[in-house]
Amino acid sequence: MKIAIASGKGGTGKTMVCASLVHVWPRAVAAVDLDVEEPNLHLFLRPHIDGIEEVGMDVPIVDESKCTYCRKCAEICRFKAISVLGSVVLTYPEMCHGCGGCMAICPEKAITSGKRPLGEILWGKAGDSPFWMGRLRVGEAMSPPLMRMVKKRVAQTLAQESPNVRAVDVLIDAPPGVSCPAMNAVMDTDIIVLVTEPTPFGLYDLKLAYQAFGQLNVPMGVVINRSNIGNSDTVSFCREVGLEIWAEIPFERMIAEAYASGKIIAETVPAYVGLFRSLAETLRNVDERLKESQKEVSHA
Amino acid sequence: MREIVVLSGKGGTGKTSLTAAFAHLASPVLICDLDVDAPDLHLILHPEQTQTHEFMGGHTAVIDSDTCTACGLCGQMCRFDAIECVDGRYRVNSLRCEGCSVCVHFCPEGAIAFPEKQSGHWFSSWTRFGPMMHAQLFASEENSGKLVALLRSRAKEKATEIGMELILSDGPPGIGCPVISSLSGVSYAILVTEPTPSGRHDLERVVSLCGHFGVPAGVIVNKSDLNPKECAGIERYCKDHHLDLIGKLPFDPVITHAMVEAKAVTEFESSGFTNRIRSLWDRICELAIQNKN
Repeated sequence: MKIAIASGKGGTGKTMVCASLVHVWPRAVAAVDLDVEEPNLHLFLRPHIDGIEEVGMDVPIVDESKCTYCRKCAEICRFKAISVLGSVVLTYPEMCHGCGGCMAICPEKAITSGKRPLGEILWGKAGDSPFWMGRLRVGEAMSPPLMRMVKKRVAQTLAQESPNVRAVDVLIDAPPGVSCPAMNAVMDTDIIVLVTEPTPFGLYDLKLAYQAFGQLNVPMGVVINRSNIGNSDTVSFCREVGLEIWAEIPFERMIAEAYASGKIIAETVPAYVGLFRSLAETLRNVDERLKESQKEVSHA
Repeated sequence: MREIVVLSGKGGTGKTSLTAAFAHLASPVLICDLDVDAPDLHLILHPEQTQTHEFMGGHTAVIDSDTCTACGLCGQMCRFDAIECVDGRYRVNSLRCEGCSVCVHFCPEGAIAFPEKQSGHWFSSWTRFGPMMHAQLFASEENSGKLVALLRSRAKEKATEIGMELILSDGPPGIGCPVISSLSGVSYAILVTEPTPSGRHDLERVVSLCGHFGVPAGVIVNKSDLNPKECAGIERYCKDHHLDLIGKLPFDPVITHAMVEAKAVTEFESSGFTNRIRSLWDRICELAIQNKN
């Protein structure tokens, strides 16, 4: 099963929950950091990095000796990444979304593909767990293309290494928010864990996340972090819409300080090992239930 | 006119709570919430007299199944895996569609329409601290950078119209599209961090981004007492990189209490903590003026 740890609001504890789950996970598990703008999972899991690869996105390179300035490329481009002024073709690679339209439409085959650097994919091992992360180049605006590349890489590698992909579970640390980067991280997963805090900001963003990710029809549940601060509105909201609360982690200065010194809570604070183990168990049960209901559907 | 933006890289370091306090101390001021994806500033400022506008963010492809001959060319050409085939019928997954029009253009049957779509709302409002520009992108939409740019240009128009000298903006987390759009060309960036490995790591990336766009920046270390060693490390980092260290704030639950009561923390009775925030704001004003000269 593939599980995304997402949130809406930033700083609610996604990475802390993800690192702790990896630590207590009872089966083979891979850890993937898809918060490519600000990846942090490696700071806690401290993986041994086996490889780094710079990756880029296809952007147009125009061979002007073949170009007839017919403007078809400029007309198909929705992103103002290529324009023809008289007998000059200008490209703006940083505007390009990599759709390949200009290359496909050019009647002279004058456009080939160059690369705009997006960032890096890093991989290695955190203990026994395979680890991947994407790291966006500073100054690059678009994170979804890099996230898609990381996801593809993870899927390919796991498929090669074990014929039965579901033998290895995958835990994904997602970026905050509910727009396209966050959506790209939670898409194609089996379960979404929403980490929130019971404050007005946390609740408002939880509602946004519930609405956004709800479109995917994937089981979702909530982990309430710092559960003893703020007010009870978050619990009421979850009850009202039928969102299950899968764990509550109280605020304790000890946890905040352990996190602040880069420690995995489930490793350093013994009292929390049980909490994360039972969260892992809950997720397993949700997955079992899901498989059962899928079987029923296919038999029906 | 000056534009000051509050950023952090890492989420949850206290951007919005501090922006609300600074807006209170600077009032009347033009306030902008540039986190159009998960905006929270309005929960403290309670905007009123709101004018609502539609934000048209782009286009999306729609296959007309009556005209479609299921040749599959759209699926072969789409680089975003947005074309799905279920029981021999093709359709566009709008969550994956990038709005590039390649399928629209190459469909041999002309079976794919490309309607413009609304991607959110933007609002022009008033608050007790001054006028406010804010927005809400619809769930799972793209083009947040374009909406941020639109908000900033409307904010500048408004500031000129009513003679306001300062625009104070709450920025989004991360370093991607909406952050770049929030940052380019502003007078000063306030970077709120916390003394944790994530806070430090993400600060360094947003500092590089400020360097990339030539924006002067200063750092506030929030919850500075959670890890004094890491905090000292951040102070050294600021010194080594010629960044202004605006100041430090200890961890204080009063921030959460203020949020629950929908108040800026400085609206509470003055305390050691609120006085510290006042001196941070005084320091920001000095630094922003120095950097202008």
